[in-house]
Amino acid sequence: MIWFLLKGILRDRHRSLFPIIIVSLGVALTVLLYTWIMGIMSDMLDVSARFDTGHVKVVTPAYWEIESQVPNDLGLFKISKLQADIAARYPEYSWSPRIRYGGILDIPDEKGETRSQGPVMGLGLDLLSPGSKEVERLKIATSIMRGRMPAKAGEILITEEFARGLGVNIGETATLISATAAGGMAIQNFVVVGTVQFGLQNLDRGTMIADIRDIQYALDMEDACSELLGFQNDMVFDEADVQRIKDDFNGHWQNPVDKYAPMMLALTDQRGLGEYYAYIKSFAFIMVFIFIFAMSIVLWNTSLMSGIRRYGEIGVRLAIGESKGGIYKRMLLESVMIGVIGSVIGTAIGLLFAYYLQEVGLDISSMMRGSTMMIQSVVRAKLTPTSYYLGFIPGVIATTIGTAFSGVGVFKRQTATLFKELET
Amino acid sequence: MENAIIKIRGLVKDYPMGVTYFRALKGINLDVQQGEFTGLVGPSGSGKTTLLNIIGALDNPTQGEVEVLGYQVDKLNHKQAARLRNENLGFIFQTYNLLPVYNVYENVEFPLLLLKKSADERKEAVIQALEWVGLMDKIKSRPAQLSGGECQRVAIARAMVKNPRIVLADEPTANLDAANSHHILQTMVKLNQELRTTFLFATHDDKVISYLRRAITLRDGMIAEDKIIQTT
Repeated sequence: MIWFLLKGILRDRHRSLFPIIIVSLGVALTVLLYTWIMGIMSDMLDVSARFDTGHVKVVTPAYWEIESQVPNDLGLFKISKLQADIAARYPEYSWSPRIRYGGILDIPDEKGETRSQGPVMGLGLDLLSPGSKEVERLKIATSIMRGRMPAKAGEILITEEFARGLGVNIGETATLISATAAGGMAIQNFVVVGTVQFGLQNLDRGTMIADIRDIQYALDMEDACSELLGFQNDMVFDEADVQRIKDDFNGHWQNPVDKYAPMMLALTDQRGLGEYYAYIKSFAFIMVFIFIFAMSIVLWNTSLMSGIRRYGEIGVRLAIGESKGGIYKRMLLESVMIGVIGSVIGTAIGLLFAYYLQEVGLDISSMMRGSTMMIQSVVRAKLTPTSYYLGFIPGVIATTIGTAFSGVGVFKRQTATLFKELET
Repeated sequence: MENAIIKIRGLVKDYPMGVTYFRALKGINLDVQQGEFTGLVGPSGSGKTTLLNIIGALDNPTQGEVEVLGYQVDKLNHKQAARLRNENLGFIFQTYNLLPVYNVYENVEFPLLLLKKSADERKEAVIQALEWVGLMDKIKSRPAQLSGGECQRVAIARAMVKNPRIVLADEPTANLDAANSHHILQTMVKLNQELRTTFLFATHDDKVISYLRRAITLRDGMIAEDKIIQTT
């Protein structure tokens, strides 16, 4: 019977073409939107983790309270021991101390007078240790626009846009004017050896990257850092595992009455990323529901029209001896077949576009000017295993619901009038 | 008349018409034996199709008893009535009512799918039915590619493929020319004789009447005449 019904669907374009087109379009849009949003959200989480939040972050409660002011005097001290202890307890994570700082970057002329200067946000991280993963993690080497990576103490990178704004060339000196952890004035000369562009608008505007030891020296933060970032070794955010070590860490190290005792934050505790993460998880359901609802209405109408067109056929089938329940069941079976056919076509189309957007991406840098969101200027779709089957859910359910509503009319059909109806 | 496959006693059928009703059948008593070639004849509105509907378990009587193949039609629910039609009754309509997207073979095969026959059983039965009606050469044709006579022969094959005890035909030649009508009727006579299938027609077509062996004339919802016709 299934093969018989399938032949009918394939041959009767009036019965199948429009529903298949609707399902295909809906499914293609579902797949495309899902991969697109997954791409943006995953990218946002990934970029945030790499540049800012880590998968987990260790800070002091005092620092975290006013974190936006970058209060390095409230940061973590004696971090060598802390880092060693944490690394021993959680070997499945790698740990990286970072110092965030603000200040003025001054470019002197040949006489030592200010030629240009601008506000700078700085990042001190481990650039020079042989085993450091930070360069790879932030993709610094591949982001260099001019010059080279810092190779020794006193060498820094600044963002390309910032460098152009300051008019600084490779090899020139730049002076960081900032504040020490003790509250004094910090002035330190560096050599600009390269420029970088991360494709992140809020970083590319005005960032300086230096080795953490230079910044510890400049800001009087020996064996100290602003925050200690932890990354799962496979770089894939695992919410459950992060929660596990967060609970373990805070149970072991955190002291509720000591604002300077270290505490651990998960990625989702920072910058509203928890809401984004929850949104990612619920997005598929929201989108599937919307498409099921919208397509069901369209397909309900289509099924009603099909029911009118097949009025005679249904009458004959009733007369021949097919029960109303049997006809209704086979109509649902037909709709499942149409749903599956439409979903296969729609998924293929959706994946094709999604693949293109994954490989090529879409440049949204013009839209991101002035934005503080940590998101790549080129956003891409992301194909996940879910994208291969997600479209089948609205595709099949919508056609089935549409037919389920419209097919109820079969039960209202009076067999007593069949001979008269079938004469016309 | 103890062996009648259709037994009707005191059949009354009323249709509501606003606050009153229209009585389409007024106390019909009738027996039909296995293998009869019988027609319900009479003018339009005489109650032929109403009676055919009730015998075919498509409608229920208002009063009286209707027994078809041992089943009390008035006591069958929708599902039981569908099963009776599916397993024991064949229907032939004035306008053929073939499924347009399926070819001749598939149209004839359809009732067997509902009976859940195996593929081998279906094939054998369909081929046999198409041989009966002489349409083996059109097996792959769609209804739109057939003449009216050929379509009606497919409809006969569809009705006969499950080897029903009774075939109910409502004005089966109304849309056919004389030559095709005679061809169709000769086919049905042959099947009636070879398979002893009971044929019951509702008709006012003289061509059909000329083939009947029993003509039951209905007038105003009553049997006006019940005549056995001797054939040579």
